[in-house]
Amino acid sequence: MIRQHSYLQLFSAVCKKDLQLAFRQRAEIVNPLLFFLIVITLFPLAIGPEPGLLARMAPGIIWVAALLSTMLGLDKIFRDDYHDGSLEQLIASSYPLPLTVLAKVFAHWLITGLPLVLMTPVFALLLNLDSQSLVATVLTLLLGTPLLSFIGAIGAGLTVGLQKGGILMSLLVLPLYIPVLIFATSAIDTSSMSLDYSGQLAILGAMLVVAIMSAPIAISSALKVSVS
Amino acid sequence: MQLAGPNGAGKTSLLRIIAGFAAPDEGDVFWRENSITKNYDDFARELLFIGHKTGVNAQLTAVENVRFWLQIQGYSNEQELYPLLAKIGLVGLEDVPVRSLSAGQQRRVALLRLWLNDAKLWILDEPFTALDKAGVAFLQDRFVSHLENGGAILLTTHQDLTTHFNDLQTVTLEYRH
Repeated sequence: MIRQHSYLQLFSAVCKKDLQLAFRQRAEIVNPLLFFLIVITLFPLAIGPEPGLLARMAPGIIWVAALLSTMLGLDKIFRDDYHDGSLEQLIASSYPLPLTVLAKVFAHWLITGLPLVLMTPVFALLLNLDSQSLVATVLTLLLGTPLLSFIGAIGAGLTVGLQKGGILMSLLVLPLYIPVLIFATSAIDTSSMSLDYSGQLAILGAMLVVAIMSAPIAISSALKVSVS
Repeated sequence: MQLAGPNGAGKTSLLRIIAGFAAPDEGDVFWRENSITKNYDDFARELLFIGHKTGVNAQLTAVENVRFWLQIQGYSNEQELYPLLAKIGLVGLEDVPVRSLSAGQQRRVALLRLWLNDAKLWILDEPFTALDKAGVAFLQDRFVSHLENGGAILLTTHQDLTTHFNDLQTVTLEYRH
């Protein structure tokens, strides 16, 4: 029996499994998007349909809705693996666990984050967002949603063993989302004044790089604690 | 080696500590004279663990499950899988999601790994659960061939082993309050 260790093979195998599962239960992909849509339609109803006001609030609304809808899907990221014992098999696999975790978070982003980014132009129409801010919003979401997945997965890993970990996870994770929210909305604000917002994007990008390097290690430790 | 003892004696806890999933309160676990906490990757390479929760995803089919397991272990012997399905009695059920299979068939899906690995140490928690008599005998045949190849097996079971194993050791845990 030959063992060939290829990190790429592991990465694609883990990604493929999670995507396969998501496509078999399509609600997992569709529900966070519907939630996003509903939150966004609630705002014009609550604060009135005045176009100028909506346009000014749109980036904030989109970002808060994105935070909340990412939270929805996070609970699922390790839950099934924890309950059916796959997590133990992943820990006892001959590959490093952080790499497996990286693949899982990436798959999670493909399932929840990417559709959100792609749908944003449609939602922006609902909120009368101008095209300049739209570009900034999409760019910040593109850098920001993977960051949300990484930070959230730490919380998900810590709470996966708990009976009702969902609320606790939100309490743990939402405060950590604040820096992302600040820089993202600041970038969009700056863009609406036709100024250069590459500084904020660079900071988001730097945070993402740090998250890609360090979050998988933190998530692995959290999972090991949860399994024991 | 068989681990025996009444319910609640701590058999599963001990197996999980030996497999490195839980930390012991005192002491350490050694594999080939190295502490497994320090050299877990080396240990994991030679370990096959099948617990109560077997690590089989109910939404995926038997083939997808086993193939995924082979990939996360770095094995490239997928061609051995299909002949094996026939031997273990899962032929025709390859493309059925595991949740639609019976408990015994689900257990067989998990146990397929025993024929597809080269791990030295097998840690099996109640491997005979839900298996029929033929399944139990078939599994014990596999145990014999693993032991002949110089492997080691650590298992818990409430059933008596029907095959005679030459160097079977039994450790009995007591239930303490």
